[in-house]
Amino acid sequence: MKRILVGIKRVVDYNVRIRLKPDGTGIVTDGVKMSINPFDEIALEEALRIRERGAAEEVVAVSIGTGDAQQQLRTALAMGADRAILVETPAAGADTQIEPLAAAAVLLKLVEREQPMLVILGKQAIDDDNSQTGQILAALWDRPQATFASKVELTGETARVTREVDAGLETLEVDLPAVLTTDLRLNEPRYVKLPDIMKAKKKPLEVVPLANLGVATARKTTVVRFEPPPQRRKGVMVKDAAELVAALHAKGLV
Amino acid sequence: MSRILIIAEHDGTHLNPGTAKCVTCAAGLADAQITVAVLAKDPAAVAAQAAALAGVTKVLTLANPANEHPIAAVLAPQIAAIARDFTHVLGPATTFGKDLMPRVAALLGAPQISEIMAIESATRFRRPIYAGNAIVTVDVVAGTQIAGTVRTASFSAAGTGGNATIEDVAPAVTLPTHTRFVSVSAASSDRPDLQTARRVVSGGRALGSAEGFKLMFALADKLGAAVGASRAAVDAGYAPNELQVGQTGKIIAPELYIAIGISGAIQHLTGIKDARTIVAINKDAEAPIFEVADYGLVGDLFEIVPALGTLLE
Repeated sequence: MKRILVGIKRVVDYNVRIRLKPDGTGIVTDGVKMSINPFDEIALEEALRIRERGAAEEVVAVSIGTGDAQQQLRTALAMGADRAILVETPAAGADTQIEPLAAAAVLLKLVEREQPMLVILGKQAIDDDNSQTGQILAALWDRPQATFASKVELTGETARVTREVDAGLETLEVDLPAVLTTDLRLNEPRYVKLPDIMKAKKKPLEVVPLANLGVATARKTTVVRFEPPPQRRKGVMVKDAAELVAALHAKGLV
Repeated sequence: MSRILIIAEHDGTHLNPGTAKCVTCAAGLADAQITVAVLAKDPAAVAAQAAALAGVTKVLTLANPANEHPIAAVLAPQIAAIARDFTHVLGPATTFGKDLMPRVAALLGAPQISEIMAIESATRFRRPIYAGNAIVTVDVVAGTQIAGTVRTASFSAAGTGGNATIEDVAPAVTLPTHTRFVSVSAASSDRPDLQTARRVVSGGRALGSAEGFKLMFALADKLGAAVGASRAAVDAGYAPNELQVGQTGKIIAPELYIAIGISGAIQHLTGIKDARTIVAINKDAEAPIFEVADYGLVGDLFEIVPALGTLLE
């Protein structure tokens, strides 16, 4: 079966202004709205469109996280994924949040089992902003990667992917199977409708304990401190263009 | 001894300034011994530029026709083959480095620290998370090889005057053919590069159209500035994607940043936090951009920008 695997990460909602715990040990997440990482929503949307065009038959949403991540997978099912897999991490302890190397190793286990033609992930998660997992998976799988995709065209056994790079737009041709990571302008994800939420409750959501996969998850990094960023001081208001130019001139900036 | 390998970013002819910023980052370790690797079809010109960077002791060149375009799947196995004896392998946190370095890290089994903004020791780094709304200090287990991308806005470029030895190496690795370069949109601008420009004029949705956005180019040309854009302006089609400044676009640190018709979403502010002086021009006096601006001017940009242009002539 022509299958697409899509990564779904549960993160603090895009619109929430995050707060640090006063003791500097982390970010406040209690009572905070959680959502699908926005880049992952774009990944899922792209997978659904490929399936709707008839170029794939099944879209599988996968997540790695605590049991709470089932909520985001249900949303993914409501958007249109056919089934979902949660690799469940312990609710407490070091393995609650695994590192990108381990996350990619977990995804590789699922790839070996599911044999997808494509794996589509977000280019980064908006919590840790690492931007690593897709590239690591592609390396471990020894398959092509096309990161920061803004356009994907499938033609049989290859994909032509336009990527947003610093110079502008780059196009790569990759043999399938391959790993893609999504940039903002790839598509605009659909809204979930109420009947779809009802239907999603009946779709299969498999839970696999992380420990069952036999992946090495021992952390090699530890966050020892969370701090607020240095704040810029608010400056002065000027009344018109002439005053602005004079001020910049005085500072030698123009 | 920290033996640091930096992967050069270049266009085949010129070394990207991000590489010199990686050198400054690496030189933050007192015991750093810095090597730069240049992978190219013909690395000679770029290698000479890398060898001239102050602080670099050796340049390794990997000449291969397959290295003409920076394809991560092609470059990564070559880098992994030469990286074994290094304690750290670094690249710039540009789209080049963000694409490539995790693939290298995977082949080395090394954890990657993304967007390094400070090196506090050989195993302790600071980096932003949540779009720069928090800064974390990360420790890596001692004795672990470390990969990293360097947040270029956090470091100045290393100077020249160095005289590193240049050594050709040819690791015996089979390169994949499953990923092929097709094309890249040519940079057709005579303006300064957005990522390294001293001055940047940046426009937002309030420009209203691609036609309106041309005001930015006109003002930039008077200042000798690069042009940037907010995500809203890019999404609306007023400006091309490579101009986007912010969390998911470019993170820049010019001496002067002029934000015009940009409200200042958190994701945009992330991209300009390190600018020396920020000027904001916006008709909404409550716009969040004014909270971070050194100089704010409330008013109609379609009147203010032409007036600025005249005053700057």
